[in-house]
Amino acid sequence: MADQTLDARGLNCPLPVLRAKQALLGMTPGDTLEVLATDPGSVADFAAFCRVTGHALLESACTDGDYRYSIQKSLTR
Amino acid sequence: MAGTMHEESESIATRRMSLIVTKGTLDWAYPPFILATTAAAMDFEVNMFFTFYGLPLLLKNLDLKLSPLGNPAMKMPMAGVHMGMPNMASMIPGVDAAASKMMQNLMNKKGVASIQELRDIALEGGVKMIACQMTMDLFEYKLEDMVSGPTIGGAATYIEAASNSDINLFI
Repeated sequence: MADQTLDARGLNCPLPVLRAKQALLGMTPGDTLEVLATDPGSVADFAAFCRVTGHALLESACTDGDYRYSIQKSLTR
Repeated sequence: MAGTMHEESESIATRRMSLIVTKGTLDWAYPPFILATTAAAMDFEVNMFFTFYGLPLLLKNLDLKLSPLGNPAMKMPMAGVHMGMPNMASMIPGVDAAASKMMQNLMNKKGVASIQELRDIALEGGVKMIACQMTMDLFEYKLEDMVSGPTIGGAATYIEAASNSDINLFI
């Protein structure tokens, strides 16, 4: 169960990543953020975002054009 | 354990990006603001240098327009097909404004952020904005007409920022 959920459905690049970053800023390290999106580009973008920032992408799933990500906030950021 | 984590965070070097923003039309305003906000979200320190036609992007009141003139790649989706506009059409008063309005509506419909919104996110995210002093003089812009946040600088200011950056873009 995620500690916080962000609904970024209907938003286009770069808003899902920007909103996720804003949400992560207010969270406790180690907590997980669930992101819902409809932007197909967000698959590659959240993977890149997590590789660069050090947050852990625990899950990246797609069902019927809806994308769901589970991001664990880095302990060091 | 806590000590180890602290050392790890200390060892992560800050990455930096710089952008020269030279264009101020509705379409061309997007790449620099999209990349600056995203880089800031990815913990980059970002410097944006606004010069020539990019400078008006710092004005408090944004009134961004575009022109289909000389842009054969600009084809708008309409009723299932993509429509271009002959250059001649741009000569007619009101056509550029209508094309701008059309693009704005399309962007709103598709969940694309406004430039105003991206600029606000950039400023809140600590993106440093530098207004080119020479362009301010040339086109007679005043700092009080601009959003709060940007500082004044010139080529040397940009070169210093660029020399310390991992990514440098001219847009």
